[in-house]
Amino acid sequence: MTVQNSNNQLNDNPKIIGKLLVLVVIMFGFGFALVPLYDVFCDVTGLNGKTGDKVSFKTAPVVDESRIIKVTFLANLNESMPWQFKPQQSFIEVHPGKPTTINYIAKNTSSKSIIGQAVPSVSPGLAAAYFQKTECFCFTQQKLKAGEEKLMPVTFIVDNKLPEGMSEIALSYTFFTSKQNQDLSEAVTEHLSTNKSLTLSLNQDHKL
Amino acid sequence: MNAVVEEHHDHDHKPTGMGRWLFSTNHKDIGTMYLWFSFSMFFIGGALALLIRAELFQPGMQIVEPEFFNQLTTLHGLIMVFGVIMPAFVGLANWQIPMMIGAPDMALPRMNNWSFWLLPGAFGLLIASLIMSIMGMGSAPNFGWTFYAPLSTTYGPDSTDFFIFSVHLMGISSVMGAINVIATIMNLRAPGMTYMKMPIFVWTWFITAYLLIAVMPVLAGVVTMMLTDRNFGTSFFNAAGGGDPVMFQHIFWFFGHPEVYIMILPAFGIISSIVPTFSRKPLFGYSSMVYATASIAFLSFIVWAHHMFTTGMPVAGELFFMYATMLIAIPTGVKVFNWMSTMWRGSLTFETPMLFAIAFIFLFTMGGFTGLMLCIAPADFQYHDTYFVVAHFHYVLVTGAAFSIMAAVYFWLPKWTGNMYDEKLGKLHFWLTCISANVLFFPMHFVGLAGMPRRIPDYALQFAEFNQIASVGAFVFGFSQLIFLYLVIKCVKGGEKATSEVWEGAKGLEFDLPSPAPFHSYTTPPEVK
Repeated sequence: MTVQNSNNQLNDNPKIIGKLLVLVVIMFGFGFALVPLYDVFCDVTGLNGKTGDKVSFKTAPVVDESRIIKVTFLANLNESMPWQFKPQQSFIEVHPGKPTTINYIAKNTSSKSIIGQAVPSVSPGLAAAYFQKTECFCFTQQKLKAGEEKLMPVTFIVDNKLPEGMSEIALSYTFFTSKQNQDLSEAVTEHLSTNKSLTLSLNQDHKL
Repeated sequence: MNAVVEEHHDHDHKPTGMGRWLFSTNHKDIGTMYLWFSFSMFFIGGALALLIRAELFQPGMQIVEPEFFNQLTTLHGLIMVFGVIMPAFVGLANWQIPMMIGAPDMALPRMNNWSFWLLPGAFGLLIASLIMSIMGMGSAPNFGWTFYAPLSTTYGPDSTDFFIFSVHLMGISSVMGAINVIATIMNLRAPGMTYMKMPIFVWTWFITAYLLIAVMPVLAGVVTMMLTDRNFGTSFFNAAGGGDPVMFQHIFWFFGHPEVYIMILPAFGIISSIVPTFSRKPLFGYSSMVYATASIAFLSFIVWAHHMFTTGMPVAGELFFMYATMLIAIPTGVKVFNWMSTMWRGSLTFETPMLFAIAFIFLFTMGGFTGLMLCIAPADFQYHDTYFVVAHFHYVLVTGAAFSIMAAVYFWLPKWTGNMYDEKLGKLHFWLTCISANVLFFPMHFVGLAGMPRRIPDYALQFAEFNQIASVGAFVFGFSQLIFLYLVIKCVKGGEKATSEVWEGAKGLEFDLPSPAPFHSYTTPPEVK
């Protein structure tokens, strides 16, 4: 009885190991599955301040003239981005439902052409779902030749369903160097050497 | 070559020399190696901690450069978590589980050998990075044991890749150890030992093994993403490429929170074995202990974001993780009250293992309470990344997990070696350890609440007194462990012979075996009624 017991059960080992190894592989995959799941979750819930894609309206939305929303514009550059980048105006006051266009200005201060990609973010995060862009330089990659300066327009509508408590929204763009750039490393090296003066001039611009 | 002539009772064929250890497939030898490995890492990790405390003895920069200080905190955390607590529990599982369930050995002895011998390689890599740093060949990992991206990806030192492969090896080792434990428990129980008759230590390890299998692969995944981000141009955590650094924290803590229960569930099992023995009563509420352990394990998967309250989560998320975290206090409370009920009106005696067990119950509960304070989302904004957090997790990991390991060593050492340890020295070790641990960690609550940030080599003047007290406690605590080392060596070498029962009225299959336990535990399975 006793001997039979342990011998029989030893034969179960491969089965258990097999099942547990499958579990290990599944959990390893689950770790990677969290990456797309995370994006889907943020999309569905509107968390993370990520704004949606291009929006188009068949009929013009109703303008709610009773409310005024202050939209503040911010501009950031990723550390390896040798551009100057700023909004033409630091804020605007709009009525919900009214399409509004403002401009950012970007200038390539390096000696190479560089492709950039702007990533928008809205704060407070829950306002992102009500901030709709009909036109934006962030929908496509932007290429600037050495020394080129360009107006970057964005047209947006603040949804009139914006919750009552919200009266201010901040829209921030960060320009990243696109992965399509090839000769970027040299440009960046060059940029880094002029980095100090660039930061200084940017700061002065902000004061203005 | 030595002639292999040994006294044989049964078929105790022991290989000799280095081969005995290198090629060992014996659960006791492997358990011993795990425990000694853990003990040596304890001194290395402890030495790093003493350097940290020496630097913090006074405000201002004293001994080390700030860059090196960051490496000290990182390596201290990694070594203590992955090199001390986890291997010690695996070592105890190796020694005890086959004896407790009436098996001859672990189910997968060769895999057992492999899972141990991966560890010296893993920690060799990790410690090599520190040695290279000391020799001026670039920084060791310096981003904290939580290795948040982009600090560890974009800004990580070159040695981060050493760290990544080290974590891979530890992960493989832990997963193999866990598979071995599950296979052993499912297949090798003595006839008549149903699941609900298993010793509680075996139950807690059974559940811990499932936790390991569920989350160590996720850790392996997250370090693999770091590896490809750093070296192969992916952008999992790099916003410039469409990735998200906050996602790193989510994936890390999805591993990290179950990990903290991996480091405490076996401790619950140890305490649940020791308290009944020295109370001379059976464990109160055995089945509630099993269910409490299982519910803690389940809850551990849905509370991870309480480490991330300050990342800008929506209020609904903060509330969910706050309430889910509070829920854990219920099964944990069940356990604490069960231990107290076990002691209630028992014939208590206070040998060293029992002293450590009682200290565990009291001090771990304190660590649990500070945990409850931290889980309150609005309050956490003040406590986050302060010394209050450091105090909290050292109460649960040092006076919790580490105390339980010491209790277990005192409890089972006579069974392992056949000799009683020196009770006087044991008591001395206990009192020095217990008092100095509180001198060391208790003041951290105060400086934390007053706003002293963690992982900083310098601090504002008003924190000086409490830091000095903590540093004094740290050095007493550290050097007290040399007593423990001496005591263990002395006990291995000889001493008063232990009976097979070891402790008066001790219950359990391991106490039916002679002391020292034979090389192969139960060659014929005992009958359990």
